Amino acid sequence: MLDQTQDHENLLEVNNIEVIYNHVILVLKGVSLNVPKGGITALLGGNGAGKTTTLKAISNLLKSERGEVTKGHITYRGDHIAHSEPADLVKRGVVQVMEGRHCFEHLTVEENLLTGAYTRPDGKGAIEADLDMVYNYFPRLKDRRKSQAGYTSGGEQQMCAIGRALMSKPETILLDEPSMGLAPQLVEQIFEIVKSVNENEGVTFLLAEQNTNVALRYAHYGYILESGRVVMDGEASELRENPDVKEFYLGMSEEGRKSFRDVRSYRRRKRWLS
Amino acid sequence: MPDQLIYAIEVFFNGLMAGVLYALVALGFVLIYKASGIFNYAQGVMALFAAMTLVGVMEGQVPFAHLINAVLGTKVHHFGWHLPALVGIVSTVLVMVVLAWLVQRVIFKHLVGQEPIILFMATIGLAYFMEGLGDMMWGSEIKKLDVGLPQGINLWIDEATYNIFDYGFFIDNLDIVATIIAITLVGSLVIFAQYTKEGRAMRAVADDHQAALSVGVSLNFIWIMVWSVAGFVALVAGIMWGTKSGVQFSLSLIALKALPVLMLGGFTSIPGAIVGGLIIGVGEKLFEFLVGPLIGGATENWFAYVLALLLLVFRPQGLFGEKIIERV
Repeated sequence: MLDQTQDHENLLEVNNIEVIYNHVILVLKGVSLNVPKGGITALLGGNGAGKTTTLKAISNLLKSERGEVTKGHITYRGDHIAHSEPADLVKRGVVQVMEGRHCFEHLTVEENLLTGAYTRPDGKGAIEADLDMVYNYFPRLKDRRKSQAGYTSGGEQQMCAIGRALMSKPETILLDEPSMGLAPQLVEQIFEIVKSVNENEGVTFLLAEQNTNVALRYAHYGYILESGRVVMDGEASELRENPDVKEFYLGMSEEGRKSFRDVRSYRRRKRWLS
Repeated sequence: MPDQLIYAIEVFFNGLMAGVLYALVALGFVLIYKASGIFNYAQGVMALFAAMTLVGVMEGQVPFAHLINAVLGTKVHHFGWHLPALVGIVSTVLVMVVLAWLVQRVIFKHLVGQEPIILFMATIGLAYFMEGLGDMMWGSEIKKLDVGLPQGINLWIDEATYNIFDYGFFIDNLDIVATIIAITLVGSLVIFAQYTKEGRAMRAVADDHQAALSVGVSLNFIWIMVWSVAGFVALVAGIMWGTKSGVQFSLSLIALKALPVLMLGGFTSIPGAIVGGLIIGVGEKLFEFLVGPLIGGATENWFAYVLALLLLVFRPQGLFGEKIIERV
């Protein structure tokens, strides 16, 4: 809100980073991206493209997996954050929701949410208010607040993980693969909530997603990663219309979406014609 | 009432008291295991080290006296003071916190993400290191520890039971005090784990290190905290055993008795450690009393292990261990 100038518009800037695991495995080969304040930025690509690694490089969770940023730099609000602890980043407003939910299984849903507020210095009242806010977005969680998170469904765990991140009062949420293992309807519901959190609370999102179709409908801007490099980026609406993206990521050709039968008949037609 | 039954009741109570002490040692194991997945072999030595430090501080011993004398040719032994027990306990707690910080800083910080067996081996090394350090600092002779806890037969119980059964029970005052302290300690630990922010973070770390890291919990801080609390529990156990049978090397071996307690109660449950301790304490005393004479005695050495083994077959997570949540 106070940042009107051009160079402050990007909250987060990743500049040409290279990540190596275990000193030998080169995973990111120079990834650059900008995350503008108040937007939803999508990081797309298939398995092993480097989406999760990029998010973990930003949130500094790489270290515990023996990964290391060896080149390039990452800045948040203009400050270098490559060497800050995850806890410091959470205090600065950057929190990650990890792939595969990672709820605390033996804690109740409510305890999970409260753990999200661990770094907050403001008192009980503010935390209670935010708990209500989270329950407002996820009424399902309110019903299950007393059950152990390990016994809740996959969708509820994803909600719990996002809610837990919201409890830290973040400015930016790094959301890793929210659609993983969920029914299409539930995926839609979760993205709907992400959108309303973005609009109502002004939280900036950087989300890694394999489900290109859904992600591009909700995001404002997208980056496409392929084996550790950004191969394409642009406004989400442009990417949606891009013929290559359509063909390789959305499963559509010029003639629109095809079913498997059409693919077969297409092949047959091709044989006849040639 | 037949004499045999009356004796059995007395044995039962004595077993209960012994069980409390097993439980105290087991509690230290559970705390560290729960929060960091490390099976701390050094827990028993920590109790010994804490008790030695307490005696040393209270008696005003000069730490590393032998070493100093050998290097500098001086003849220092004592500072020449006798401190009250409370001051001694507080300083020993401080020493245990520093120790926790050092252990985290020097050893486990560098082993994050390693296999559990490697962490376990590191604690074996730590155990022998601390044993040597304790001897070097305070000398290896048997020491008497007296922090002013009441000792000897409880006359009130003796008299009361004599009036009822015509036979006075022998129950040691120290055992009663130990029980009360253990209950208080466990109660406060449970409240801490369930209702405070740090306690919740501790349980969160136990569940998922990475996720805890991602919400901004500092693993380092939690682990230092847990080792400090385990150090404190070790101190309490050390005081009880030290008062009972003197501060000596055998104190560190009670850790081995805590193993079957842990198998019985579950490695992850604080109440489990207590109940497991009591069952083992009572079980081994009663078994020795009832069955021992029939099979030639000395059953106390193996009873606990056999019991734990049997239980492992039927309930691998122990009586109170956390259920392994698995969703398919």
